[in-house]
Amino acid sequence: MGKILKYSFFDLMRSRWSYVYFIFYLALGFMLLFLNNDLSKAVITMMNVIIVLVPLIGTIFGIMYYYNSREFTELLLAQPIKRSNIFLGQYLGVAVSLSLSLVLGLGIPFVLYGLFQSNAIWDFSLLLITGAFLTFIFTALAFNIALSNENKIKGFGYAVLLWLFMAVIFDGLFLLTLVMFEQYPLDKFSLIATMFNPIDLSRILILLKLDISALLGYTGAVFKQFFGTNLGLFTSLGVLVLWTVLPVWRLVWVSKKKDF
Amino acid sequence: MPRWYGHQEFLVHTSGLSNPELLKMLLQKHILDIFIFALSTLFVGQLRADTIEVCATCPVTTLQAGIDQASPYDTVQVAAGTYPEYNIVINKPLYLLGIGQPIIDGENKGEIVQITSDSVTLDGFVIRHVETSYTKDHAAIRIIKSRDFILQNLILEDFLFGIYLQKSHHGIIRNNYLNGHATNEFGSGNGIHLWYAQHVLIEGNEIEQARDGIYFEFADSCVIRNNYSHHNIRYGLHFMFSNHDQYERNTFEQNGAGVAVMFSKHIDMRHNTFMNNWGASSYGLLLKEINDAEIIGNKFIKNTIGINVEGTNRINYQNNEFKDNGWALKIRGAIYTNVFTKNNFLHNSFDLSYNSNLNDNVFEKNYWSNYTGYDLDRDGLGDVPFRPVNLFSYIVNKTPETIILLRSLFMDLIDFSEKVSPVFTPDNLMDPTPLMKPFQSDLPPD
Repeated sequence: MGKILKYSFFDLMRSRWSYVYFIFYLALGFMLLFLNNDLSKAVITMMNVIIVLVPLIGTIFGIMYYYNSREFTELLLAQPIKRSNIFLGQYLGVAVSLSLSLVLGLGIPFVLYGLFQSNAIWDFSLLLITGAFLTFIFTALAFNIALSNENKIKGFGYAVLLWLFMAVIFDGLFLLTLVMFEQYPLDKFSLIATMFNPIDLSRILILLKLDISALLGYTGAVFKQFFGTNLGLFTSLGVLVLWTVLPVWRLVWVSKKKDF
Repeated sequence: MPRWYGHQEFLVHTSGLSNPELLKMLLQKHILDIFIFALSTLFVGQLRADTIEVCATCPVTTLQAGIDQASPYDTVQVAAGTYPEYNIVINKPLYLLGIGQPIIDGENKGEIVQITSDSVTLDGFVIRHVETSYTKDHAAIRIIKSRDFILQNLILEDFLFGIYLQKSHHGIIRNNYLNGHATNEFGSGNGIHLWYAQHVLIEGNEIEQARDGIYFEFADSCVIRNNYSHHNIRYGLHFMFSNHDQYERNTFEQNGAGVAVMFSKHIDMRHNTFMNNWGASSYGLLLKEINDAEIIGNKFIKNTIGINVEGTNRINYQNNEFKDNGWALKIRGAIYTNVFTKNNFLHNSFDLSYNSNLNDNVFEKNYWSNYTGYDLDRDGLGDVPFRPVNLFSYIVNKTPETIILLRSLFMDLIDFSEKVSPVFTPDNLMDPTPLMKPFQSDLPPD
């Protein structure tokens, strides 16, 4: 598995896409800090970017990579290598290189602008952690879609739909339920509903760490009571881990049975 | 100061009167007032016959003894040192002067200074350790049914109530520092507390860690200027049933909530700064049942809610700056004839929350940092109206739980589409002539 991971990783490096993302995040980080010297404000803006872009890039890149390296995968399948190793290796190669681009690309400008002297460091690390999680989650989901769809167009369609659903439609439905059932106590419901969407979960996790959480009022207080404690933090991180592990597990399971 | 004071009182009283008979009467009454006041202070200054000295080695070693020996209009001069005394009663016109900040230590035994006479001046003392009682409102300094008092250059520490005015009027409280060391709302009192008081000038004080920094109940025609009220548990400044008061150039910072103005009329609020009142139920300024007020040239910076408005009529909001607040303005309940003009709304999460009809309120010529329109005829006013209530703010108003979708992509999308073609948000609630550039604040020099 290690070898395949290494191969995928360097393959991506050679294809320069990792660099492109790295430079994109680097430029973004510098630009944000240049326009707005306040670290904690930049963290908020960064959050908006991460929540939208990271899942999108993870999904698109994951599915592209899988379809693109299909011939190589078939070649590997002919060799005496465990199937789980092949797919896990490829998956990790993509996810790790994307996360590295993200962490380094955003990390370097913030460190240069004095992150270590600032008290925004915890918010920022949380931001990077959730960003990395989102990369792992959405790459895994993309791999799952690609594995289940031989047809590339269909696969791409589903992948984009997945992102659209998680980033936009889910919140729309969420909003609709909240408005329709406003007569009922909804704080527990919304707490649980966020668990079903890693993007929402990351957003709220970061929001609650920032000053802006005071705007959330009563609902925010319920959330803060939950996420503010160590139990809440670990539960939500646990849910993010679950969001990563389940698709990966399905990836392994399906790849074992699949007839190529 | 007395001259200024008389003038002020005169202004406040005569403004808005139409009946010439009444006006004339008042004029006569007040000219007499001014005259007597000026004369009396003049006499205190010139006919200061005796000076009684109080110090550890003097014949007189306690304040109370000094006060008892003094004749009216004498000066009691207190040397530096600590005087463990409480329940000091000043029952004649006196000038009490502390040299080198003598300390009056109440040792948590009760109230410390009680003034029951007119024309008492207290200058340059440190007064500390008032007993905390849950049945009696002990104060560091209490003034009962007196007038023409001056409290200045005092340091009050560790009190239940700092300065307590009870049915007193025509006085000055200035350049004092008050620190209540309060930790909870039920076991603490107010810094400067006015109950049935008129014509009091409160100027240049710093008040921290009390329940309310300054509290007004039935206090009319008072002026609050250049004070710094911060880290108080409840409000920086609190009005109840008080009319014709004026506060200007004060700073209210990091209080439970900045200023609460409730059930009062004709309050004039100018050039104050409300900042960092940040918390789940916090705000810069709370207006509740307020009529005929002026809110001009104030700055609201980093408050969860800049101004929380409930049931106000005929108020002018002008030249204020709202910056980095959660909500700049949160308006609940029916309000009538309020005018919002030439204000700057800069980078607030929500500019306006509004839950009733527009009625006859007017929003015009404000600067909104969220405005994206254009100005083709270059007259400095945008050609497209600005709608300060965005869809998200409208939804949150209806279903508060939806605030949890703050900063999600979905909300940004529907906000954008609503801005392009409004469907849900109130159609007529808009600024028809938004400014293209922020209004330059014209704060005159001090």
